[in-house]
Amino acid sequence: MSEIEHRGPAAPAPLEWEYAPAPEARDIVSLRERYGLYIGGEVVDPRSGEWFTTSSPADESPLAEVAQASGEDVDLAVGAARAAYENGWSSLRPAERAKYLFRIARILQERARELAVAESLDGGKPIKESRDVDLPLAAAHFFYHAGWADKLEYAFPNRKPRPLGVAGQIIPWNFPLLMLAWKVAPALACGNTVVLKPAETTPLTALMFADVCRQAGLPAGVVNIVTGDGSTGAELVRNDGLDKVAFTGSTDVGKAIQREVAGRGIPLTLELGGKAANIVFDDCALDQAVEGIVNGIYFNQGHVCCAGSRLLVQESIAEQLIGKLKRRLQTLRVGDPLDKNTDVGAINSRAQLEKIRDLVASGEADGAEIYQPPCVLPERGYWFAPTVFTNVAQSSRIATEEIFGPVLSVLTFRTPAEAVEKANNTPYGLSAGVWTEKGSRILWMASRLRAGVVWANTFNRFDPASPFGGYKESGFGREGGRHGLEAYLRFDE
Amino acid sequence: MDGTGTLTRGFELPLEPRLPRIGAVDAVALEARAADLAKRSIKRESKMAALDLIVRMTDLTTLEGADTPGKVAALCQKAVRPDPFDPSIPSVAAVCVYPNLVPVARARLGPDRTVRIASVATAFPSGQSPIEVKLADVRAAVEMGADEVDMVIDRGAFLSGRYAKVYDEIVKVKEAAAPAHLKVILETGELATYDNVRRASLLAMAAGADFIKTSTGKINPASTLPVTLCMLETIRDVEAETGRQVGMKPAGGIRHAKLAIQHLCVLSETLGRDWLTPERFRFGASSLVNDVLMQIRKQKTGAYQSPDYFTVD
Amino acid sequence: MSRLPVRKTYKLYIGGAFPRSESGRTYEAEGQNVARASRKDARDAVRAARGAVAKWSGATAYNRGQVLYRMAEMMETRAADLAAVCSGTAEVERSIDRVVWYAGWADKLAQVLGGANPVAGPYFNFTIPEPTGVVAIVAPSEPALEGLVSRLLPALVGGNATVVAASQGHPLAAVELAEAVATSDMPGGVVNILTGDPAEIAPILAGHMDVNALDLTGADAESAAELERLAAENVKRVVRGQATGQSVWEIEPLVEAKTVWHPIGV
Repeated sequence: MSEIEHRGPAAPAPLEWEYAPAPEARDIVSLRERYGLYIGGEVVDPRSGEWFTTSSPADESPLAEVAQASGEDVDLAVGAARAAYENGWSSLRPAERAKYLFRIARILQERARELAVAESLDGGKPIKESRDVDLPLAAAHFFYHAGWADKLEYAFPNRKPRPLGVAGQIIPWNFPLLMLAWKVAPALACGNTVVLKPAETTPLTALMFADVCRQAGLPAGVVNIVTGDGSTGAELVRNDGLDKVAFTGSTDVGKAIQREVAGRGIPLTLELGGKAANIVFDDCALDQAVEGIVNGIYFNQGHVCCAGSRLLVQESIAEQLIGKLKRRLQTLRVGDPLDKNTDVGAINSRAQLEKIRDLVASGEADGAEIYQPPCVLPERGYWFAPTVFTNVAQSSRIATEEIFGPVLSVLTFRTPAEAVEKANNTPYGLSAGVWTEKGSRILWMASRLRAGVVWANTFNRFDPASPFGGYKESGFGREGGRHGLEAYLRFDE
Repeated sequence: MDGTGTLTRGFELPLEPRLPRIGAVDAVALEARAADLAKRSIKRESKMAALDLIVRMTDLTTLEGADTPGKVAALCQKAVRPDPFDPSIPSVAAVCVYPNLVPVARARLGPDRTVRIASVATAFPSGQSPIEVKLADVRAAVEMGADEVDMVIDRGAFLSGRYAKVYDEIVKVKEAAAPAHLKVILETGELATYDNVRRASLLAMAAGADFIKTSTGKINPASTLPVTLCMLETIRDVEAETGRQVGMKPAGGIRHAKLAIQHLCVLSETLGRDWLTPERFRFGASSLVNDVLMQIRKQKTGAYQSPDYFTVD
Repeated sequence: MSRLPVRKTYKLYIGGAFPRSESGRTYEAEGQNVARASRKDARDAVRAARGAVAKWSGATAYNRGQVLYRMAEMMETRAADLAAVCSGTAEVERSIDRVVWYAGWADKLAQVLGGANPVAGPYFNFTIPEPTGVVAIVAPSEPALEGLVSRLLPALVGGNATVVAASQGHPLAAVELAEAVATSDMPGGVVNILTGDPAEIAPILAGHMDVNALDLTGADAESAAELERLAAENVKRVVRGQATGQSVWEIEPLVEAKTVWHPIGV
């Protein structure tokens, strides 16, 4: 047999392989130039006559104009919610209420891509997250709660669950549509009507949700959306037409709301900040623990109330773990939120970026050692490289204050008891993570950690069936699960 | 340790801490990480570069009882020039055949070959033969001209806890295979858990493997993306601890370019871009090459392709 | 000139497909030739159901809920066809709403039927409901559609696969329902419908060693006793429920409570 003629020598050098840009098509969403308030089933101009611009934090470009609702606008919205409540929603057969919510869930699924792109544009989070986490969970929340609407007597045996009336709900900018779902779905399922105020920097998906309500045929006034800055939120909380207030946001604002609501005889739920400890033992599944740590603090740029912002690593494994962590940070891709390969998106606003910078500077001043992987950050927009601090003291600001950014503080411990003590040594108590292959230790730790959510060998897992909420200054009340329904009901004995 | 695999009096410290801790692997998190890496969107230039690399990394394989000189001759032709209509397509890394077909490959590829000849050996695929038979198998393959030997570990021994036997056999095979380089097939589908995959990987690397390989391709499941990730993480630990760089080869079940590209993402993000070379990573595949050729032609022309336009061998 | 309609053939529903009876038999009901299932068809149906249990019970509860909701979507779209084979629109609407009601239970069942148990000792102890497996159902004759739905949904939502011995006098509603199921993303084999003579089919199912539970709601008093005796051979769970109405307590007899212990210790 003859030989086959050969090509040149085999290529010896490894490939310099860069991922080319992979942008999600932006044109799937067509934003209006201007969005009015959604009150009584209609889109209306604000009585205040004032508008402001919402922009993309990735490049500071303007996206649309939205209304600044005044006290008068808020009052109209509350009135519309009251009218809707009294003229049908509260007396509607629960099975019919359920079917509206099922419709909303379905429409969210159908328009998921469009909403995900809008979410990433307005808030800065990677499209990978809004597409794979925010949207599916938002739809799931509506699905889950739809099913409870006509089954409340099973959730509260021996009690007579009834709606409260009109709920005023204020949500943050970190998971705009998802936070809307967490608030609106249970409220409606329980027979209430709502006035919702989305965050100042992320109003768009809430305004698009108004259109979803229209498509679902939801009766006018059941859901009302009032946009604006902090003053709009204050007006809403102050409004004495409310039967319930629900807030997710910073602990400071939460306390102000609690003070405002005091003495008014209406129930309040608060979901506030956190400084969660992610506790890693030396017998953990190491590479997977690294993934969990990374997910815990860099997912959504660290703009997560339950972020694992304090890594408590057992000293016997600290060096190896930190080495792996630093190496892992080098493959995090920071950039255009609409690029499908982006892992870490833009910081939500200039204000938040300043806050992060300030705290990081304090960490360096305190003598902690900072590590940031090499990153090319875009020139326009608000960006911060993923950051790890080692040599952190329990008493430094970066170990005690919520940074709400992609910044991890690493501390060590020797024994489980010490880990528990350090983890609980905070006014917060929203979440905690435990990494060990030993089942009994997971349960021992879980039973001692003063946190509303304990994740073992995982992190940042959310499900509408799973109650979420904090201890201590992380707030009170739960969202999701059977427990989460309570917030929107009264029980006449 | 003596030949029976038991530890003698006054034994050395166990594998830990000299080698990386054997450790555990959380299946849910591992699979989630692999799924996340599989979502990387590889477009345009990065896609073309990846497709070209995949061809260069392929061990073009035929391992059938029905293999004949004619079949292997055609395979070798395809290995050198995968696409007769596109001279820019590179040769593959190697052909992979049974020992009896090694002389055919040697004759067709010639002494100046850039396409390597890999032979399976050690009572492939089951490995259920005495060590003497396995070593004779290896020596024969090397004498007939194999550049690389793909051995199988004794899974029966592994699953019954006789790790020392598994280790000893690899050491002996490595010796018998010299100067050919040694790939150790773990048959991950039979090992069933990722903890076992990690343990077997460490064992194979400790015993001198040049490459660790997932599967024989003869059972399901063959290679999967999470198994590949698990093995690459183990390789990373060995490199960090000892400086040795052991290569990796997923084999079986990779029929489409898309999955192969996902493997490259996993490789590149776990071990770094230095590892994007056939010296450190191979695909054990047969029909993969044609799917890659179709993707390359699609990238160049813009049109989706039909298998009719690519030779079967 | 008037158009000649293409008439439907009323066949069995087994493993996601619509085969004729392997016996080749049919009988006349409600003006149609309807497949008359044999013991071998029953055997095949149980095999299909068993084959489907792993996939159906292995799906997330959320997914099951969505599939059942889609079953309601498909029924809604066929509302007119369904109304023609039962007592009318009101019954169809009740039936569709019943499916929606049960669909909403899928991801809540564990919260109401399960929970952590405060045992005395350093143990974490929890109970979760799991499907019993394959449930054979003797469908009520009346109401033709609502009765079948009221028995089928509690079994499905708990994660079980089902084999239904349809009502002899009113089989068409069952076949129409099967068509809605077939277009709903329900995996093949989760619902199997055997039209024919329940007096022939039910005893086969009742005595089948690979059936886990038997729902006798549609069986008359006479045959029920014999079916219960047959069921004892492999200790089947025997259930009788409502042909109309809905409750989580219809689901409960068709799930098993599994309790797990784990020590709590450092």
